[in-house]
Amino acid sequence: MLIRRPQPGDSANIQPSQITTETVYLDRRRLLQAALATGVSGIGSAWAAEQQPAVTVLKSKRNPAYVAPEPPNKYEDIGTDKGSPAVNSTKFKPKPWSVNITGQAEVTGKFSLEDILKPHPLEERIYRMRCVEAWSMVIPWVGIPLGAMLQRFKPTAKAKYVAFKTVMRPTEMSGQQMPVLQWPYVEGLRIDEAMHPLALLAVGIYGKTLPNQNGAPLRLVTPWKYGFKGIKSIVEISFVEREPATSWNIAAADEYGFFANVNPQVDHPRWTQARERRIGGGLFDARVPTQLFNGYAREIGSLYKGMDLKKFY
Amino acid sequence: MSPTLVRRVIKPLVFVSCSIPALILLWRALELGGSDLGTNPIEKIQDTLGQWGLRLLVITLAITPLRDWFSAPWLISLRRMLGVYAFFYVLLHFLTWLILDQSLYWPGILSDIGKRPFITIGFAALLLLLPLAITSTNGMMRRLGRRWKTLHRLIYPIALLGVWHYYWQVKADVREPLVYVTIVVVLLGWRWWKRRLKPAARPKPGVASAG
Repeated sequence: MLIRRPQPGDSANIQPSQITTETVYLDRRRLLQAALATGVSGIGSAWAAEQQPAVTVLKSKRNPAYVAPEPPNKYEDIGTDKGSPAVNSTKFKPKPWSVNITGQAEVTGKFSLEDILKPHPLEERIYRMRCVEAWSMVIPWVGIPLGAMLQRFKPTAKAKYVAFKTVMRPTEMSGQQMPVLQWPYVEGLRIDEAMHPLALLAVGIYGKTLPNQNGAPLRLVTPWKYGFKGIKSIVEISFVEREPATSWNIAAADEYGFFANVNPQVDHPRWTQARERRIGGGLFDARVPTQLFNGYAREIGSLYKGMDLKKFY
Repeated sequence: MSPTLVRRVIKPLVFVSCSIPALILLWRALELGGSDLGTNPIEKIQDTLGQWGLRLLVITLAITPLRDWFSAPWLISLRRMLGVYAFFYVLLHFLTWLILDQSLYWPGILSDIGKRPFITIGFAALLLLLPLAITSTNGMMRRLGRRWKTLHRLIYPIALLGVWHYYWQVKADVREPLVYVTIVVVLLGWRWWKRRLKPAARPKPGVASAG
């Protein structure tokens, strides 16, 4: 039988062998850009900054807490031919980079990316990534824990939320010239979500610096939430008292909630979230069941105790 | 345009042209000549087939206005073939969803058709296309006579459902669906305008006129 039916527990554990291959990952981004350009679809912090030619290999230590015990395979010996994006541009400059830390914290100001990263050893973490459009990947990120980094700025008791802002450079990021969303892209987390050890500030992917189209040089990764929460090319992090208005939520509040936690029980108005397509599979591979909090319920579940997840989607 | 030229050259040419998108998909699915369908092949197949289904529906709908605007009566002889091709692509689009995307997982399929408005709409368009496809043979045309034309006016709601289905499926950037909406509105609006202008030209009000 060619068609494999979804089995419960199919995606219960990430094995390194399940990591989406790098070529497939990069190609996916290219497809999405093309799709956005033609209006077929859209994506998270959708903009079409293109791949820069220079990629630096990053030294990082794999964090064993976020990976299955088997050794990695597959993604280390991948060519780049298919990964080269359809549109080649070197317009977007992720260097030099600085981040503005503002709001309810004792330490605020403008910090260079190097200063932001310096005290934290880079970690590699293999996370599931679930897009709100019901596809998924397994991605090896390189980055630092968001919470530990935020603590350095000593948020005050008034800091109930953290807001993130993408750089606004319409000439370098052609997507920002289109009135699809309100630019610049804004995302946010509740402070306890931001402080959770799972939340990652990524600077790399597949052992190398982030390519431009993946959010260079600094992006958010919250694997228990839908992909669009992973704001890219962050230039501002604010500690705020009130829930920040976020881009997709402004565009379509009934479809994209502030929390955007992965939840197979809460459908998107236009499609079911019960199952997902794993990118990189064959034509006849069936969708796999989606898990609550994208499989991170044990780590993350306590954050939402007593909350009506249907109401706060 | 001589009838022989239309029959011998133009019709076969259009027939072959309409099959090209499907053949390209097949070519890429078999990864011939180093091609492929990209990272999410199923989505690619489904999108391409749906796009061509909609395009051919719109082209079919455009035949009558084009005939009038360019005084090209021979265009009508292409209309049925284009319509059948539209059905062909829409059907493959649906089967891709059913077999490749949903893996014949019936609980999911049935709840999607019932609960997801854009799928409900797309499915309704497919159902309405069925009688048109079935009655597209010469024998059926003869048997139905004048009623054939009335029945085949179903293409008007079908085209509207088709663009609506596309519009609702898009996440945020609706520019392309809006292009289709505009074209369909123009094509249908023109028909309405023509009917208003020449009520006398119609043999029996409410029965049949130019399709």
